[in-house]
Amino acid sequence: MEKMTTSSVAVQCYHCGEDCKNDTILAHDKSFCCSGCKMVYEILAQNDMCDYYSISNNPGTSQRIKVREDKFSFLDDEKIGASLIQFRDEGRTHVNFYLPQIHCSSCLWLLENLHRLDEAVISSKVDFERKEADIVFDHRKTSLRKIAELLTAIGYEPYLSFNDMGKQVPGVNSSKIYKLGVAGFCFANIMLMSFPEYLGIDSKEKNLLFLFRYANLFLSLPVFFYSASEFYISAWKSLKHRFLNIDAPIVLAVLVTFGRSVYEVLSGTGGGYFDSMSGIVFFMLAGRVLQDKTYRQLSFERDYTSYFPIAVTRITEHHHQPVTLPEIQLNDTLLIHNEELVPADGILTRGKALIDYSFVTGESVPVEKEMGEIVYAGGKQLGSNIELLVIKEVAQSYLTKLWNKEDEAPEKTWENSFVHLLSRYFTVILFSIAAIAATYWYMHDVTRVWNVITSVLIVACPCALLLSNTFTNGNILRRLGRNHLYLRNAQVIEDIAKADCIVFDKTGTLTTGRYNDIQYEGTPLTLEQKERLVALAAQSTHPLSKAIVQWSGLRNTSKVMAYKEIPGYGIEGIVDSRLVSLGSKAFVTHQKSNLSDGSVVYISYEDEVSGKFSFRNQYREDVPKMLKQLSNKYHIAILSGDNAGEKGFLQDLLGPRAVLLFNQDPLDKLNAIKLLQGNGQKVMMIGDGLNDAGALKQADIGIAVSENNNHFTPASDAILSADRLPALYRLIRLCKANKQVVIAAFIISVLYNILGLFFAVQGVLSPMIAAVLMPSSSISILLITFGLSNYFGSRLALK
Amino acid sequence: MSVIIILLIASISVAALFLVAFIWSVKNGQFRDEVSPAVRILFEDKPAVKKETGVVIGANTK
Repeated sequence: MEKMTTSSVAVQCYHCGEDCKNDTILAHDKSFCCSGCKMVYEILAQNDMCDYYSISNNPGTSQRIKVREDKFSFLDDEKIGASLIQFRDEGRTHVNFYLPQIHCSSCLWLLENLHRLDEAVISSKVDFERKEADIVFDHRKTSLRKIAELLTAIGYEPYLSFNDMGKQVPGVNSSKIYKLGVAGFCFANIMLMSFPEYLGIDSKEKNLLFLFRYANLFLSLPVFFYSASEFYISAWKSLKHRFLNIDAPIVLAVLVTFGRSVYEVLSGTGGGYFDSMSGIVFFMLAGRVLQDKTYRQLSFERDYTSYFPIAVTRITEHHHQPVTLPEIQLNDTLLIHNEELVPADGILTRGKALIDYSFVTGESVPVEKEMGEIVYAGGKQLGSNIELLVIKEVAQSYLTKLWNKEDEAPEKTWENSFVHLLSRYFTVILFSIAAIAATYWYMHDVTRVWNVITSVLIVACPCALLLSNTFTNGNILRRLGRNHLYLRNAQVIEDIAKADCIVFDKTGTLTTGRYNDIQYEGTPLTLEQKERLVALAAQSTHPLSKAIVQWSGLRNTSKVMAYKEIPGYGIEGIVDSRLVSLGSKAFVTHQKSNLSDGSVVYISYEDEVSGKFSFRNQYREDVPKMLKQLSNKYHIAILSGDNAGEKGFLQDLLGPRAVLLFNQDPLDKLNAIKLLQGNGQKVMMIGDGLNDAGALKQADIGIAVSENNNHFTPASDAILSADRLPALYRLIRLCKANKQVVIAAFIISVLYNILGLFFAVQGVLSPMIAAVLMPSSSISILLITFGLSNYFGSRLALK
Repeated sequence: MSVIIILLIASISVAALFLVAFIWSVKNGQFRDEVSPAVRILFEDKPAVKKETGVVIGANTK
């Protein structure tokens, strides 16, 4: 067995910082990994914009994959252009582009200085978190297409998808923040004006006392009617579904406190508990805002439209014309370029298709298609241009149907949280205490009954429980976010903690989806043989051939005669007057083979087999270790769309209990999840591409793994950055710690409640005691939740 | 006593001013992108580029 790696002295590309490998381009005293990177540098140097390189080191993104020259020609089309433009007047056009390459301050600087590259750009502003640029340009001097091409030329190719058409910029819902602001304002002022009464205002100053009381009443109105409306709505919604959620007792407490306070002020018997009431609302809203922190730059609700291109080229008799996807009709002929997605099912009419379906099926080896064969939507063409005759419209094609199929997966319900359960007990206990106290006082002193009931309800509202829950959730969410696990909402934390079965997709999730791990078995190759092999393999565009060329670390120098490629089998040719063949077992050895032995390529010289290459998807770093770790605690399953080549390795790693299924299509995966759920298991599915979309939705928790947080993640409950996958077990444990923190904080708050009830049941709860108890309990809960969740986080060695 | 009333009005109106400022800043999107303003302020404005070099940006990405 022989293993070779390409290791030369690593030279970093000045533009993108990538390893230059063996084809370094030296220019302007700098080294570049490809001509694309050099090109960008030259453009910037010409315009005196090399500051780009001094703000951050190697700020660019690799330009190895060239963008087709007329890729953006469709933007010249009036209708398509108009669907992207946000606003246009006589001399200005506003457009918003999504630029996934934005990642550092250099990007920001360059994109905001676009006007120095092109006079027609009036202004550009970057939203760093969303990775978007708002560009205003003068459409009399330039065009939308030229702007897109300018961005592409400097390495920021706009990502345009079908989904962008007629997109409305979603307004950020900041109503909760306004409510929080109003509540904070009122709370602080009410507190200020309650001090005179607490500190014992001179009884001669009757007028002043009334003034303060009425001012408080007046200030509490916005809190009661505006800020607290959040809770009314939520409580009302759950009541309509005949369910008592945690907001219901809070609404009751707010109503009782407000009612009694208004009565006291109007009747002149007391100052009321306005400060306690607005304090409850303020703290509770603060917790909600924290918990609702959304990752705006991520989309948890993608559908197929964000994967599809915005337009494709239709060939008519006379010319090529860009059309938007809904306009594609039956019997249209479409031209699909290299690296473009096939938007509709069609018959191949010209060219040779090499379709990468990894996005749909998870199978990592591209499929070759001959003329006359059907090509399904969702595959990506690799290689030369092809032409397709459309046989199904976009809305009816395979991929779209697959998507609609997923809609049948059930909606998840959120109402089984342990906090809701706890709150129900809490409410019951609270009411019984109030009832017992009321009966006691009814027998001893009837005048005190109402006072006691209201006091109990005021002091013992479950806000402490809710606070500990929302603040802990918010803190854990932030912590997970720092570790690149982004959750759709706080409920997902609890669901993750409950899971007892973890299902992985293989290609693209556990492995990188690239063939980096190549092993050669057989008689060792001489250098001369290796050169021949490279010469032959370099002729083919098949990824396995490409991988072999890369593996050898050699450059192709020889010529190949009589080159022949038999799709699906292999290639052969004469190099330096010797016949070399490379391909499947049947092709090279002429023996029948019906074994699905994964990705194995045989090689022979002059019909003499010298060995075979086995290709393995490379596992992400530390992933096998993580799997091993998880397999001790969880029931593990692996569903792969790929062939069974890896079965032995994985079974050894995970033990005999693990379920390993291969050659799974998207529907099989969904059914497998259903089966596991049928056994009463809480399933967590971790996958990447669209082929996992159904399973992700069906699973109790679907986590999408993504190399780039902004790209291509199917609808899911959570998005995990691929490089953090090894930390999965620790992240799950942090989610489990969440419950312990909430319960710890809850116990503390119960102690405060008991103290408050001690006064309340005796009917001696003065507004001052309430005013001291309420904020101090809230603040100590805050400290406990932050302290504990940070403690758990650092104990698990998470960021 | 009237002094207290004046003080009260003054303090509440100052606080209300801040509330309005807060609501305005949220509405204005000042909390929307928390990264770029902090970075942007560090960029130096260089004097405008000499025009005679001519901007050589074509449609070519090749």
